Amino acid sequence: MPKLREVCHHIRSKVAGPFWVTVDLFFDGEEKYRKYRDCEELSAELFHRLYGVDPALVKRIPVDSLHVVKISFPRATPQGGMVERDMHSGQQYVRLLDIELNN
Amino acid sequence: MALQGRVKVLVPCGSLGSGVRESEIEYGLAQGANVIATDAGSTDSGAAYLALGKSKNNRGAVKRDLGILLRAHAKTGIPVIVGTAGQAGGDLNVDWTRDILVELTRELGISPKVALLYSEQDKARIKAFNRQGKVRPLPPLGPLEDSAVDSCEHIVGLMGVEPFVAALEAGADVIIGGRATDTAVLASYPIWKGAPWGASWHAGKIAECGAQCCLNPADGSGVLLTIDEHGFEVEPLSTSNRCTPHSVSKHMLYENSDPHYLHEPGGILDVTGASYAQLGERAVRVQGAKWAAQPYTMKLEGAAAGNYQTLMLVGIQDPDVLNDVNTFHDRLLAALYERTRKSIPAEELGEFHISLRMYGWNAVSGDVPVNVPPPREIGVLLVATASTQELANAIAHACNPYFFHYPMVMNKELPSYGFAFSPADVPRGQVFEFKLNHVVATDDPLSLVRTAWLDSDDNAIAA
Repeated sequence: MPKLREVCHHIRSKVAGPFWVTVDLFFDGEEKYRKYRDCEELSAELFHRLYGVDPALVKRIPVDSLHVVKISFPRATPQGGMVERDMHSGQQYVRLLDIELNN
Repeated sequence: MALQGRVKVLVPCGSLGSGVRESEIEYGLAQGANVIATDAGSTDSGAAYLALGKSKNNRGAVKRDLGILLRAHAKTGIPVIVGTAGQAGGDLNVDWTRDILVELTRELGISPKVALLYSEQDKARIKAFNRQGKVRPLPPLGPLEDSAVDSCEHIVGLMGVEPFVAALEAGADVIIGGRATDTAVLASYPIWKGAPWGASWHAGKIAECGAQCCLNPADGSGVLLTIDEHGFEVEPLSTSNRCTPHSVSKHMLYENSDPHYLHEPGGILDVTGASYAQLGERAVRVQGAKWAAQPYTMKLEGAAAGNYQTLMLVGIQDPDVLNDVNTFHDRLLAALYERTRKSIPAEELGEFHISLRMYGWNAVSGDVPVNVPPPREIGVLLVATASTQELANAIAHACNPYFFHYPMVMNKELPSYGFAFSPADVPRGQVFEFKLNHVVATDDPLSLVRTAWLDSDDNAIAA
């Protein structure tokens, strides 16, 4: 089973305003994009498990022209708050890298 | 008014103070730029800049960039538009930028007509709007509570294009705008000239971060937008750089939860039908964006200042600690809480919080690593949070001996961990948070904005 990092040429995360995080998955070519765009592994439940967010608020948006799947979700803790660990959410993508995708 | 010909917007940088390049300005002016427009900040770096009314970029850098833009204005007569002045766009941030501008106009011996747009909001007025049902929450926040409004140091409303258009209509040479959407700052001039709203807003979004939409974002600072009645073109101001359909369309993803629909004051930009085509070597032509007008709303941003924090940092290479970092973390944290409670009377201490961030181990993720060997060393950051700076400092002082010497193996000689500086504790000030994620409905796009003009003696006078 391939890992997400093996089917994407770039994966990044960033704040999208103070209350949201957005992750961009740049799939490596159209074939991989088509194959994994709708895969079950990248579920709202996964984002609930990894980031503690309400699954109902996870947005998954395919961008066909760029072979990108964008996934946005609310921050679990306030930006810059008492227990902030990543102000710009720039490192939040890392725990997605080794997610295994069913072939 | 229908657009006559084409409108060229010179976007000199992604944020005023980030480093405008004079050669790029010369290139843009030579291409016939009609206006220079840039934002000067955003919310990305957190609520501190709005709460404190401070800029993230330093004064010298902002003065340097603004000086280059003002000299371009003096040379050509084209307007200069700045939005979200002073990083956060609150009244203090606008006034900080105004003072730099005044200093520059005196040094340059010029007297442009300057409009100041203030979009800071009165708390009582926001609460009244809320009672009238005019305030609506955006996910993930719920209905607005008065306490959230009261907790804020400053509240701003994000301006759309209308206040900028009104200032241009009134003859402004230079506009220093408070908080506005990045897009609105760039879209305002073309819209004033009669360009299509879809193309203008889309162009504004693509160019909001300057050269970020180019193939090599590090080569150059800005871009030139050319808007016409059918769409727009974008090209780098650095002649060695290029835009490609991919580099341009990719920017719709950036710091944005939805790449297809952008909610802006007074409407939604829909780019689902947009097409991107290479134009010559360096430029990209974009067409097909639509603007759907909606009932007018302004998004609110409010920044609250909270408790105070004090930091301490040690480096640890001790093999006993690295042998079981998680256990060390838990034991040390428990010992620090106990020590603090023993050292400071409860009635004095109040509610407090201590956290340890194990840099090199799990400081960023917070997760416990699985099947990952410990590194050669870790940095342990202690963050003490309390209601005053003095208390946070006192907690750090109470924790200091344990943080310095707490052993992993109790019957061994006490270790000494690696402090980097003396004194060991660093008072870092308050915690700042955004408290609002709401929009306020207003029939009049200008009703929540105050415009002032600088008179010949550089005093701000109300419109």
